[in-house]
Amino acid sequence: MIAKAIDKINAEQKAKITDVKAAPEFQVGDSVKVFVKIKEGDKERVQAFAGTVIARDGANGSSATFTVRRISFGVGVEKVFPVYSPYIDKVEVERSASVRRAKLYYLRNLTGKKARLREAKDTR
Amino acid sequence: MNGLIGRKVGMTQVYNDQGRRIAVTVLEAGPCPVVQVKTPDTDGYSAVQLGFAEQKPSRLPKAEVKHFEKAGVKPCKVTKEFALDDGEVVKAGDAVTVNMFDGVKYVDVSGITKGRGFAGVFRRYRIGGGPMTHGGHSKRRIGSIGARDLPGWVEKGKRMPGHMGCVNRKARNLAVVQVRGEENLILVAGAVPGAKGAVVIIRKALKK
Repeated sequence: MIAKAIDKINAEQKAKITDVKAAPEFQVGDSVKVFVKIKEGDKERVQAFAGTVIARDGANGSSATFTVRRISFGVGVEKVFPVYSPYIDKVEVERSASVRRAKLYYLRNLTGKKARLREAKDTR
Repeated sequence: MNGLIGRKVGMTQVYNDQGRRIAVTVLEAGPCPVVQVKTPDTDGYSAVQLGFAEQKPSRLPKAEVKHFEKAGVKPCKVTKEFALDDGEVVKAGDAVTVNMFDGVKYVDVSGITKGRGFAGVFRRYRIGGGPMTHGGHSKRRIGSIGARDLPGWVEKGKRMPGHMGCVNRKARNLAVVQVRGEENLILVAGAVPGAKGAVVIIRKALKK
Protein backbone atom coordinates (compact mmCIF):
# COMPACT_ATOMS: atom_id res chain seq x y z
CA MET A 1 0.00 0.00 0.00
CA ILE A 2 2.66 2.43 1.12
CA ALA A 3 4.93 2.42 -1.90
CA LYS A 4 2.11 1.74 -4.31
CA ALA A 5 0.24 4.91 -3.38
CA ILE A 6 3.22 7.08 -4.32
CA ASP A 7 3.77 5.17 -7.56
CA LYS A 8 0.14 5.66 -8.47
CA ILE A 9 0.27 9.40 -7.86
CA ASN A 10 3.48 9.69 -9.89
CA ALA A 11 2.02 7.68 -12.75
CA GLU A 12 -1.07 9.87 -12.69
CA GLN A 13 1.04 13.02 -12.91
CA LYS A 14 2.91 11.63 -15.87
CA ALA A 15 -0.23 10.41 -17.61
CA LYS A 16 -1.82 13.84 -17.23
CA ILE A 17 0.85 15.21 -19.56
CA THR A 18 1.42 12.24 -21.88
CA ASP A 19 -2.31 11.82 -22.48
CA VAL A 20 -2.46 15.25 -24.04
CA LYS A 21 0.81 15.22 -25.96
CA ALA A 22 3.73 12.90 -26.56
CA ALA A 23 6.65 13.20 -24.19
CA PRO A 24 9.42 15.29 -25.76
CA GLU A 25 12.08 13.20 -27.46
CA PHE A 26 15.67 14.34 -27.48
CA GLN A 27 19.08 13.18 -26.34
CA VAL A 28 21.96 14.65 -24.42
CA GLY A 29 24.04 16.74 -26.82
CA ASP A 30 21.11 17.77 -28.98
CA SER A 31 20.60 21.42 -29.81
CA VAL A 32 17.01 22.04 -28.89
CA LYS A 33 14.45 24.78 -28.78
CA VAL A 34 12.21 24.54 -25.72
CA PHE A 35 8.87 26.31 -26.06
CA VAL A 36 7.64 27.32 -22.62
CA LYS A 37 4.21 28.66 -21.89
CA ILE A 38 4.35 31.84 -19.86
CA LYS A 39 1.39 33.32 -18.06
CA GLU A 40 1.22 37.09 -17.82
CA GLY A 41 -1.86 38.10 -15.93
CA ASP A 42 -4.57 36.19 -17.73
CA LYS A 43 -2.74 36.11 -21.04
CA GLU A 44 -0.60 33.18 -22.06
CA ARG A 45 2.24 33.29 -24.53
CA VAL A 46 4.98 30.93 -25.63
CA GLN A 47 8.64 31.71 -25.23
CA ALA A 48 11.47 29.70 -26.74
CA PHE A 49 14.75 28.87 -25.06
CA ALA A 50 17.33 27.48 -27.45
CA GLY A 51 20.48 25.69 -26.37
CA THR A 52 22.28 22.39 -25.89
CA VAL A 53 20.93 19.64 -23.68
CA ILE A 54 23.78 18.93 -21.29
CA ALA A 55 22.04 16.61 -18.84
CA ARG A 56 18.97 14.58 -18.21
CA ASP A 57 18.11 13.61 -14.65
CA GLY A 58 15.56 11.46 -12.93
CA ALA A 59 15.54 8.56 -15.41
CA ASN A 60 12.02 8.27 -16.80
CA GLY A 61 10.19 9.12 -13.60
CA SER A 62 7.47 11.69 -13.28
CA SER A 63 9.90 14.23 -11.83
CA ALA A 64 12.56 13.82 -14.53
CA THR A 65 14.30 17.01 -15.65
CA PHE A 66 16.69 18.12 -18.36
CA THR A 67 19.20 20.93 -18.42
CA VAL A 68 19.62 23.24 -21.41
CA ARG A 69 22.70 25.43 -21.71
CA ARG A 70 23.30 28.34 -24.02
CA ILE A 71 25.64 31.29 -24.26
CA SER A 72 23.66 34.48 -24.05
CA PHE A 73 25.51 37.77 -24.62
CA GLY A 74 28.74 36.06 -23.67
CA VAL A 75 27.32 34.66 -20.44
CA GLY A 76 26.53 30.99 -19.97
CA VAL A 77 22.87 30.43 -19.04
CA GLU A 78 21.42 27.13 -17.93
CA LYS A 79 17.79 26.28 -17.42
CA VAL A 80 16.38 23.14 -15.86
CA PHE A 81 13.04 22.00 -17.23
CA PRO A 82 10.81 19.19 -15.97
CA VAL A 83 10.25 16.70 -18.80
CA TYR A 84 6.62 16.15 -17.88
CA SER A 85 5.65 19.74 -17.24
CA PRO A 86 2.31 21.13 -18.37
CA TYR A 87 4.19 24.35 -19.02
CA ILE A 88 6.34 22.95 -21.79
CA ASP A 89 4.58 23.38 -25.11
CA LYS A 90 7.03 21.40 -27.22
CA VAL A 91 10.72 20.64 -27.66
CA GLU A 92 12.19 20.92 -31.15
CA VAL A 93 15.47 19.17 -31.94
CA GLU A 94 17.50 21.34 -34.32
CA ARG A 95 20.74 19.39 -34.45
CA SER A 96 22.10 16.21 -32.91
CA ALA A 97 25.65 15.71 -31.77
CA SER A 98 27.59 12.56 -31.04
CA VAL A 99 28.70 12.69 -27.44
CA ARG A 100 30.46 10.16 -25.24
CA ARG A 101 29.08 11.21 -21.88
CA ALA A 102 25.66 11.31 -20.24
CA LYS A 103 26.37 14.66 -18.61
CA LEU A 104 28.14 17.35 -20.59
CA TYR A 105 29.16 19.44 -17.61
CA TYR A 106 32.62 19.84 -19.10
CA LEU A 107 31.14 22.33 -21.56
CA ARG A 108 30.88 24.78 -18.68
CA ASN A 109 34.64 25.16 -18.64
CA LEU A 110 34.97 25.58 -22.39
CA THR A 111 34.24 28.58 -24.55
CA GLY A 112 34.25 29.48 -28.21
CA LYS A 113 35.47 26.87 -30.68
CA LYS A 114 36.34 24.38 -27.94
CA ALA A 115 32.75 24.26 -26.78
CA ARG A 116 31.51 22.83 -30.07
CA LEU A 117 30.12 19.31 -30.31
CA ARG A 118 30.71 16.91 -33.20
CA GLU A 119 27.59 16.52 -35.30
CA ALA A 120 25.99 13.09 -35.20
CA LYS A 121 26.14 10.96 -38.31
CA ASP A 122 22.86 9.82 -39.77
CA THR A 123 23.76 6.23 -39.04
CA ARG A 124 23.55 6.72 -35.29
CA MET B 1 -14.42 16.57 14.69
CA ASN B 2 -11.19 18.40 14.25
CA GLY B 3 -8.77 15.66 13.26
CA LEU B 4 -7.89 12.17 12.20
CA ILE B 5 -5.19 9.58 12.76
CA GLY B 6 -3.02 8.67 9.79
CA ARG B 7 0.24 7.34 8.57
CA LYS B 8 3.03 8.98 6.59
CA VAL B 9 3.39 7.29 3.20
CA GLY B 10 6.18 9.37 1.69
CA MET B 11 6.92 12.42 -0.42
CA THR B 12 6.62 13.21 -4.11
CA GLN B 13 5.90 16.15 -6.41
CA VAL B 14 2.66 17.21 -8.04
CA TYR B 15 1.71 20.06 -10.33
CA ASN B 16 -0.76 22.60 -9.00
CA ASP B 17 -3.34 24.64 -10.91
CA GLN B 18 -0.70 27.14 -11.95
CA GLY B 19 1.41 24.35 -13.43
CA ARG B 20 4.11 24.73 -10.80
CA ARG B 21 5.68 21.72 -9.17
CA ILE B 22 5.20 21.49 -5.44
CA ALA B 23 6.66 19.01 -2.99
CA VAL B 24 3.94 17.13 -1.16
CA THR B 25 3.76 14.57 1.61
CA VAL B 26 1.32 11.74 1.03
CA LEU B 27 -0.55 10.71 4.16
CA GLU B 28 -2.81 7.73 4.56
CA ALA B 29 -5.60 9.04 6.80
CA GLY B 30 -8.25 6.85 8.32
CA PRO B 31 -10.78 5.41 8.04
CA CYS B 32 -10.96 5.75 11.79
CA PRO B 33 -13.73 4.01 13.75
CA VAL B 34 -15.25 5.90 16.65
CA VAL B 35 -14.29 3.81 19.66
CA GLN B 36 -15.84 5.91 22.41
CA VAL B 37 -17.90 9.06 22.73
CA LYS B 38 -17.18 11.08 25.85
CA THR B 39 -19.94 13.31 27.17
CA PRO B 40 -20.00 15.93 29.94
CA ASP B 41 -22.43 13.75 31.89
CA THR B 42 -20.23 10.69 32.05
CA ASP B 43 -16.71 12.03 31.57
CA GLY B 44 -16.90 15.71 32.44
CA TYR B 45 -16.07 16.84 28.90
CA SER B 46 -17.05 16.00 25.37
CA ALA B 47 -14.74 14.29 22.91
CA VAL B 48 -14.49 11.28 20.65
CA GLN B 49 -11.92 8.54 20.76
CA LEU B 50 -10.87 7.38 17.30
CA GLY B 51 -8.94 4.24 16.45
CA PHE B 52 -6.50 3.53 13.62
CA ALA B 53 -4.63 0.50 12.22
CA GLU B 54 -6.07 -2.92 12.98
CA GLN B 55 -4.49 -5.05 15.68
CA LYS B 56 -4.87 -8.73 16.54
CA PRO B 57 -6.93 -9.10 19.72
CA SER B 58 -4.33 -11.53 21.07
CA ARG B 59 -1.78 -8.73 21.16
CA LEU B 60 -3.87 -6.45 23.35
CA PRO B 61 -4.81 -6.63 27.04
CA LYS B 62 -8.24 -8.09 27.61
CA ALA B 63 -9.48 -4.79 28.99
CA GLU B 64 -8.68 -3.04 25.72
CA VAL B 65 -10.18 -5.82 23.63
CA LYS B 66 -13.42 -5.44 25.58
CA HIS B 67 -13.24 -1.67 25.13
CA PHE B 68 -13.25 -2.10 21.36
CA GLU B 69 -15.85 -4.83 21.56
CA LYS B 70 -18.18 -2.52 23.42
CA ALA B 71 -18.05 -0.06 20.54
CA GLY B 72 -18.49 -2.86 18.03
CA VAL B 73 -15.29 -2.05 16.17
CA LYS B 74 -12.18 -4.06 15.36
CA PRO B 75 -9.27 -3.67 17.80
CA CYS B 76 -6.86 -0.87 16.83
CA LYS B 77 -3.18 -0.24 17.40
CA VAL B 78 -3.59 3.48 17.97
CA THR B 79 -6.33 5.45 19.70
CA LYS B 80 -6.55 9.19 20.08
CA GLU B 81 -9.10 11.65 21.40
CA PHE B 82 -10.40 14.53 19.32
CA ALA B 83 -12.62 17.46 20.24
CA LEU B 84 -16.09 17.65 18.75
CA ASP B 85 -17.47 20.61 16.86
CA ASP B 86 -20.44 22.36 18.41
CA GLY B 87 -23.60 20.37 17.91
CA GLU B 88 -21.84 17.50 16.16
CA VAL B 89 -23.39 14.13 16.94
CA VAL B 90 -21.48 10.88 16.50
CA LYS B 91 -21.96 7.44 17.91
CA ALA B 92 -19.55 4.61 18.63
CA GLY B 93 -18.97 2.38 15.63
CA ASP B 94 -19.15 5.18 13.04
CA ALA B 95 -16.22 5.40 10.66
CA VAL B 96 -14.55 8.76 10.04
CA THR B 97 -12.87 9.03 6.65
CA VAL B 98 -10.43 11.42 5.04
CA ASN B 99 -13.41 13.11 3.39
CA MET B 100 -13.72 15.21 6.54
CA PHE B 101 -10.92 17.33 5.05
CA ASP B 102 -12.90 18.14 1.89
CA GLY B 103 -12.86 21.91 1.55
CA VAL B 104 -10.31 22.33 4.34
CA LYS B 105 -7.45 24.55 3.16
CA TYR B 106 -4.82 24.07 5.84
CA VAL B 107 -3.96 21.34 8.32
CA ASP B 108 -1.58 20.81 11.22
CA VAL B 109 0.25 17.49 11.21
CA SER B 110 1.98 16.19 14.32
CA GLY B 111 4.16 13.15 14.68
CA ILE B 112 7.28 11.79 16.31
CA THR B 113 10.46 12.98 14.56
CA LYS B 114 13.12 10.57 13.37
CA GLY B 115 15.48 9.57 16.18
CA ARG B 116 19.07 10.73 15.69
CA GLY B 117 20.53 9.09 18.80
CA PHE B 118 23.34 10.85 20.64
CA ALA B 119 24.18 13.69 18.26
CA GLY B 120 26.97 16.22 18.32
CA VAL B 121 26.51 19.97 18.17
CA PHE B 122 27.10 20.18 14.41
CA ARG B 123 24.00 18.18 13.81
CA ARG B 124 21.96 19.02 16.90
CA TYR B 125 22.36 22.82 16.96
CA ARG B 126 24.18 23.61 13.71
CA ILE B 127 27.09 25.12 15.58
CA GLY B 128 29.92 25.75 13.14
CA GLY B 129 32.70 24.15 15.18
CA GLY B 130 36.37 24.94 14.90
CA PRO B 131 38.77 25.00 11.96
CA MET B 132 39.30 21.70 10.15
CA THR B 133 42.82 22.66 9.07
CA HIS B 134 45.67 24.89 10.25
CA GLY B 135 46.09 22.69 13.33
CA GLY B 136 42.48 22.92 14.44
CA HIS B 137 41.86 21.01 17.65
CA SER B 138 38.13 21.56 17.99
CA LYS B 139 37.04 20.39 14.57
CA ARG B 140 33.49 19.31 15.36
CA ARG B 141 33.50 20.43 18.96
CA ILE B 142 31.59 23.31 20.53
CA GLY B 143 34.69 25.20 21.65
CA SER B 144 34.44 27.22 24.81
CA ILE B 145 31.50 26.66 27.15
CA GLY B 146 32.03 29.80 29.17
CA ALA B 147 34.45 31.98 31.14
CA ARG B 148 36.52 30.73 34.09
CA ASP B 149 36.08 32.42 37.45
CA LEU B 150 33.33 34.78 36.41
CA PRO B 151 30.66 33.44 36.66
CA GLY B 152 32.39 30.17 37.54
CA TRP B 153 29.69 27.90 36.12
CA VAL B 154 28.27 26.83 32.80
CA GLU B 155 25.09 28.68 31.93
CA LYS B 156 21.88 26.70 32.00
CA GLY B 157 20.66 25.48 28.65
CA LYS B 158 24.17 25.66 27.13
CA ARG B 159 23.95 23.86 23.81
CA MET B 160 25.92 20.64 24.04
CA PRO B 161 25.89 17.17 22.45
CA GLY B 162 23.09 14.87 23.51
CA HIS B 163 20.07 12.93 22.45
CA MET B 164 18.33 14.28 19.35
CA GLY B 165 15.05 13.50 17.65
CA CYS B 166 12.31 11.06 18.62
CA VAL B 167 10.17 13.86 20.07
CA ASN B 168 6.67 15.03 19.27
CA ARG B 169 6.65 17.85 16.76
CA LYS B 170 3.92 19.58 14.82
CA ALA B 171 4.08 21.04 11.33
CA ARG B 172 1.51 23.83 11.23
CA ASN B 173 -0.52 25.36 8.42
CA LEU B 174 0.34 22.90 5.69
CA ALA B 175 -1.78 23.52 2.61
CA VAL B 176 -4.04 20.66 1.57
CA VAL B 177 -3.25 19.88 -2.06
CA GLN B 178 -5.52 16.93 -2.71
CA VAL B 179 -7.97 14.73 -0.82
CA ARG B 180 -8.38 11.29 -2.36
CA GLY B 181 -11.37 9.80 -0.62
CA GLU B 182 -11.33 6.43 -2.36
CA GLU B 183 -7.75 5.66 -1.41
CA ASN B 184 -7.94 7.32 2.02
CA LEU B 185 -5.08 9.60 1.05
CA ILE B 186 -4.45 13.26 1.70
CA LEU B 187 -1.65 15.24 0.05
CA VAL B 188 -0.24 18.17 2.00
CA ALA B 189 2.34 20.67 0.80
CA GLY B 190 5.71 20.42 2.48
CA ALA B 191 7.32 18.05 4.94
CA VAL B 192 5.84 16.28 7.94
CA PRO B 193 7.67 15.04 11.05
CA GLY B 194 8.46 11.34 11.28
CA ALA B 195 9.69 8.45 9.18
CA LYS B 196 7.77 6.75 6.41
CA GLY B 197 5.11 4.54 7.90
CA ALA B 198 5.03 6.53 11.15
CA VAL B 199 1.70 7.40 12.77
CA VAL B 200 0.73 11.06 12.46
CA ILE B 201 -2.18 13.11 13.76
CA ILE B 202 -3.80 15.35 11.16
CA ARG B 203 -5.88 18.24 12.47
CA LYS B 204 -7.65 21.15 10.85
CA ALA B 205 -5.29 24.12 11.14
CA LEU B 206 -5.68 25.92 14.43
CA LYS B 207 -4.29 29.28 13.38
CA LYS B 208 -5.60 29.74 9.83
